[in-house]
Amino acid sequence: MLIYFLNSILFVLGLYCLIAKKHLVKKIIGMVIMEYAINLFIILLGYKDNGIPPILLPEMNRASFLQHSVDPLPQALVLTSIVIGLSTLALMVAISLRLYEKYKTFDMSEIRRLRG
Amino acid sequence: MQGMTFIVKTATRLLVGIIFLFGVYITFYGHLTPGGGFAGGIILACGFILLTLAFGKDMALGKLSDFWASLLDNVGALAFWSIAFFGYTAGYFFMNFIEKSQPFGLMSSGTILFSNIAIGVKVFASIFAVFLALTIFGRFVSGLVNAEDEE
Amino acid sequence: MLFLFYSLLVFCIIGSIIAIEARNILASVISTGVVGMGLSIMFLFLGAPDIAIVQVVVEIIVLIILIRSTVSIDNTAITGHRDTFAILSSLIFFGLFLVFGFMAFRGLPPFGEPLMTISSQYLQNSVNDTGASNVIMGILLDYRAYDTLGEATVIFTAILGSFVVLRIRGKKKKEEADKVRVGIPISKELEASKKPEEVVG
Repeated sequence: MLIYFLNSILFVLGLYCLIAKKHLVKKIIGMVIMEYAINLFIILLGYKDNGIPPILLPEMNRASFLQHSVDPLPQALVLTSIVIGLSTLALMVAISLRLYEKYKTFDMSEIRRLRG
Repeated sequence: MQGMTFIVKTATRLLVGIIFLFGVYITFYGHLTPGGGFAGGIILACGFILLTLAFGKDMALGKLSDFWASLLDNVGALAFWSIAFFGYTAGYFFMNFIEKSQPFGLMSSGTILFSNIAIGVKVFASIFAVFLALTIFGRFVSGLVNAEDEE
Repeated sequence: MLFLFYSLLVFCIIGSIIAIEARNILASVISTGVVGMGLSIMFLFLGAPDIAIVQVVVEIIVLIILIRSTVSIDNTAITGHRDTFAILSSLIFFGLFLVFGFMAFRGLPPFGEPLMTISSQYLQNSVNDTGASNVIMGILLDYRAYDTLGEATVIFTAILGSFVVLRIRGKKKKEEADKVRVGIPISKELEASKKPEEVVG
């Protein structure tokens, strides 16, 4: 219960950085921290006490494998999510580099004032 | 972009083959040990990025130019789609239609091996092409990046 | 074990506070790299070695891309007036979010006892149906392969979008049509050696 609360504090920190800072790269960093918090939350939902990873090895007993392994379904979803986060980061950095070329600054309030 | 010092070049020459082999191993045995197509593809891309940073862009572009990276990306995506459509020959969309042998072998899981290879090639080409577009073909004038602006 | 999770999460929170409030952008980028590595250790202790491998290598690529966008640019610190309205409203919203989140987390099953209604079916039948010993790969590429197809499409589209944003325009002549080249821009030496082909534009 407390661990979900700490995780939501990490999410809230990322969201604060996205909204309240003016530097474009800091906004991107806020978005990256939000992604970390969400992926961690999904994996925390599937943890089993004293659990083993869901990979079957040749010398393992089937019954103990079924009883002890952690939930494999959230891990499959998070694997997808991490790689999608990487490609959207590439797109965000490309757009911010083009904005820097055109307006010669990274400050968001300056860009909003100049506007073309 | 020129390369780095002699120490970095020697270390890279020793390490790059091992990194490629590790990436290919993680891709191929993705159905038996942790890893899979995504992790293996990104490890391969890291190996190529190390080669680019240590030896300069001319040698790395000689090994895999931007045209071929873009082409490999499309080939990987089309291969994944075609594996999905071949499932129609045996039943429904995306069916695992190859015969499965005993567990814990290389060919024991049907189309999962080929899907891993297709995804590994696709992710490798994508990440390397993004690195090329962002860092090597820079657009604005600075001390570290070539000035390629034509306007 | 629970103490280890708490200490790693507190480490991640302190690292992200440093990443948010640092003045130098390079320090912020390095701090978010440290947060990612701490997260990868936490994934390893949560029974997910697959995710730990992917998180480490993705973190390295994130660091490379972010450092590229900050290291060659002169003005890195922004000084000026703070946006008071945004800070105040965000703080009020986050207080409300934490209070309601605290009430909502009581509805979840307790930490360490997941429900696993369909995952038990996957764990039992995975080796016989799909033949893969790695249950996660069996889920991603056989039971739920449609999601992987969607993900491949999203990655393809995002990277294609970043190429289009970063392209180079050809020189405009007054009497000719607009020769716009799409794709990864190539350098001047390579361009002088081969003829530019006219793409649909």
